[in-house]
Amino acid sequence: MTTLTQTEDAKAPTGSDAFLSVRDLRVQFSTEDGIVKAVDGLSFDLERGKTLGIVGESGSGKSVTNLSILGLHNRKATSVEGSMMLDGQELNGASERDLEQLRGNKMAMIFQDSLTALSPYYTVGRQISEPFRKHTGASKGESRARAIEMLGKVGIPDPKNRVDDYPHQFSGGMRQRAMIAMSLVCNPELLIADEPTTALDVTVQAQILDLLKDLQQEFGSAIIMITHDLGVVANMADDLLVMYAGRAVERGSVREVLKAGQHPYTWGLLGSMPRLSADVNEPLRPIPGSPPSLLNPPSGCAFHPRCEFPSLVAGDGKCSTLRPELPTGRAAACHLTAEQKQQVFIETIQPRLV
Amino acid sequence: MSDNNTTTKAASVPQQRDAETATPLLQVKNLAKHFPIKGGFPIRRTVGAVQAVDGVTFDVNAGESLGLVGESGCGKSTTGRLLTRLLEPTAGSVTYRGQDISHAGRKQLAPIRSEIQMIFQDPYASLNPRQTVGSIIASPMEINGINPSGGREARVRELLEIVGLNPEHYNRFPHEFSGGQRQRIGVARAIALEPKLIIADEPVSALDVSIQAQVVNLLQKVQKEMGIAFVFIAHDLAIVRHFSQRVAVMYLGKIVEIADRDSLYLRPRHPYTHALMSAVPEADIDVVKKERIRLEGDVPSPISPPSGCRFRTRCWKAQDKCATEEPPLVQISGNLPGHLTACHFPEDPTTERTQDIILDPALVALEDEPAGGDKA
Repeated sequence: MTTLTQTEDAKAPTGSDAFLSVRDLRVQFSTEDGIVKAVDGLSFDLERGKTLGIVGESGSGKSVTNLSILGLHNRKATSVEGSMMLDGQELNGASERDLEQLRGNKMAMIFQDSLTALSPYYTVGRQISEPFRKHTGASKGESRARAIEMLGKVGIPDPKNRVDDYPHQFSGGMRQRAMIAMSLVCNPELLIADEPTTALDVTVQAQILDLLKDLQQEFGSAIIMITHDLGVVANMADDLLVMYAGRAVERGSVREVLKAGQHPYTWGLLGSMPRLSADVNEPLRPIPGSPPSLLNPPSGCAFHPRCEFPSLVAGDGKCSTLRPELPTGRAAACHLTAEQKQQVFIETIQPRLV
Repeated sequence: MSDNNTTTKAASVPQQRDAETATPLLQVKNLAKHFPIKGGFPIRRTVGAVQAVDGVTFDVNAGESLGLVGESGCGKSTTGRLLTRLLEPTAGSVTYRGQDISHAGRKQLAPIRSEIQMIFQDPYASLNPRQTVGSIIASPMEINGINPSGGREARVRELLEIVGLNPEHYNRFPHEFSGGQRQRIGVARAIALEPKLIIADEPVSALDVSIQAQVVNLLQKVQKEMGIAFVFIAHDLAIVRHFSQRVAVMYLGKIVEIADRDSLYLRPRHPYTHALMSAVPEADIDVVKKERIRLEGDVPSPISPPSGCRFRTRCWKAQDKCATEEPPLVQISGNLPGHLTACHFPEDPTTERTQDIILDPALVALEDEPAGGDKA
C-alpha cells in the first residue's frame, strides 16, 4: 500500500515503510530581532499505528515542527526546508488545496487549549460534522448522526442533545473530548496531539489519555504526542524524541530513553522531575541555567553551557565548537563516547533516580 | 552532595517547632468564602454564590510546610488568599499567633502583613514591569519602614545572592529576566522581611520542568535555613510530596483528607485521594500502577455543589447516606494520629487494588468491546 519513495537524503534510514518521514526539517522565522531557527535539522520516522512522543521544554521547537507538518505556519514569515513525506506525499511545498484535502482527513490535530481551538460561534456538533461533510461529501443528516456517534464514543453524556451545545456550555474536559471527536471524525491515519492534557486536571488527564490510547487501538491512527511531561509519554508512546533548542538530541524507544538515557539533557530532565515513588529526602537535580534563545543559540552543542560533562569529552572545548550530529536509529547527539555515556549513566545518573 | 551544609542548619528547626507546637502559628477554623453572583435587570441582585471555600479547618505549625493539593476550582488559591487576608472570609476564622485576623482592618493587619508573605503563580504578572528589580525587592522594607544596617540596597543585593541571582542585576527590569529568574525575584521579595509564613500559590506551575526543580530547591533551602513555615499550594502531587511534611487534599471547597506525607501517600483513605494518586502519570515505566481509577466527568460547579459529601457524584462507593449527611473530617479507625478523613465509607489504607475502577462510560465501552477483558 505504501508507495516506495526513496528520499534524496543519503543518510536517511531505509525509511520506506515509515508512514511519516521527516528529513532534515528546518523552520526559520524572520522577526524584528533577527532570524529564529525554531527547528534546525530534524529527522524522524513514524510508522502506522505507532505513537511517537516528542518531549522538550517551551521553545524547543516541538510545536513548530508539527504546525509545519500540517502546513499551519504563517507562510509569509516562515521558511520551511527539508522534506516531510506523509504516505509517499511530500508535504513541504504542497499547495494549500492539497493540504486542505489532507487536513482533518488523513491527518488531524488536537490542540492544547480547547477553548481557543473551538469556535465560540458554532455548535460543537457543527464543528465536528464540518470536516466530515467536506471530506466525505456526506449530507447534513448523515454528518449530524456521525457527530452524535463520535460524541458518544468520546464519552459525552447525552450526545443527542449536547450536539447542539456551544463550546462554552462544555466543561474543560468535555471540550477536550469534543476536540478529540472532531479530530477523529474522518478516521485520520496521523493524529498530532499538541500538549492535549496540559490544561486539564490530573484525574481528567488520566481519563483523556486512556481514551486516546483506546481510540488509537480502534482507529489505528499513528499519533505524535507533544508534551513536556515525561510521565505522559511514558505510558502513551512507543518511541521518544527529545528536543532541545530546535534539534533532536536523543531518539529511541520509550524504555531506552527513560531507562537508559544517553544525552545529558535527558538525564537532566529525569533528575529534575519529582516522582511519587522517589525518596523525598533526595534533593531534585535541576539543570542549571535556562534554555537558550533561538535568536542566538550557543555555538557547538546547544546544551553545552548547561551541561555537566563537557570536561569528559576528548579534544579541547569540542562541545563549544563542534555541533554533535544525531546518528540514525537509537542515538543521542553528544560528543561523549558510547562507553563514557554508559559509564556516566550507571555511575552518576542511575543512583540519583532510585 | 553540595546540600550538606543546608541539612546541618536545618537540624535546629525541628527543635524550634517542638517548642511551639502548643500554639500553632496559624489556625484556620471553618473558613468559608462565597463570591456573590450578580444578575437581573434593571436592578442587579445577588442571585447565587460561588462557594469557593466552604468550611476549611487546619493548623500550620511554625517552620513546617503544609501542602494544599486539589484540582482547579477546588478553592486552594482562594484559601491562600484568605490566609494572607487579601480576601475577607465570609465565615470562619483565621488566627495568627493567637490573634484573630479574619476581619481585622488595615491598621491591625499592618504588622502582620510583614510576617505573612505570598509567592504568586505567574511570574510575569506579579512583578511591576516599570520598577527595577532593586525597587521591587526593596519595597516591602520601604513600606514597613525597615532600614537594615548597611542600607536597603546592600540588603537587596544580599537577597539577590540568596535566591541565586547576580547582585549586579539590581538595576535591571523584570522583562530582562526569564520566567525562572522572575520567580526567584518573587521569592526574594517574599523573604525580604524574614516572614514567619509564606503562602506559595502554585509557585512552579508556570515554569519549565528543568526550571521547576531549581525553584523547588530554592524554596526548600529558604525554608530550611530561615525556618519559615510554608503553605504550598499546587496541583502536582509529586511536587507537593517532595516539598511538604503534611498534605491536605481539597475537593470543591472542602478538605477531604489531611495527613502527614507518608500517611497520606501510602495509606490514603478517601476515595478521591485514591483517584488522584492513581491518575498521576509516572515517568518510570517499570513502576506499575497498583491502582487504576478513572473517574467520570469533571468537578461539579461550586455554584451548586452536591449535597452531603461533595465527591459522591463521582464516587464509586456512594450510598444514600452520602447525599444526606456530610461526612465530618475526623480521624477514622485505622488512621494514624493527625490523619483526618472526611468519608462515610473510606477505602482500605493501601494503594493496591486488584480490580480497576473505571467510571468513565467511554472507557468502559471501548475497553469492554475489543478486549472483552476481565474488567468489572
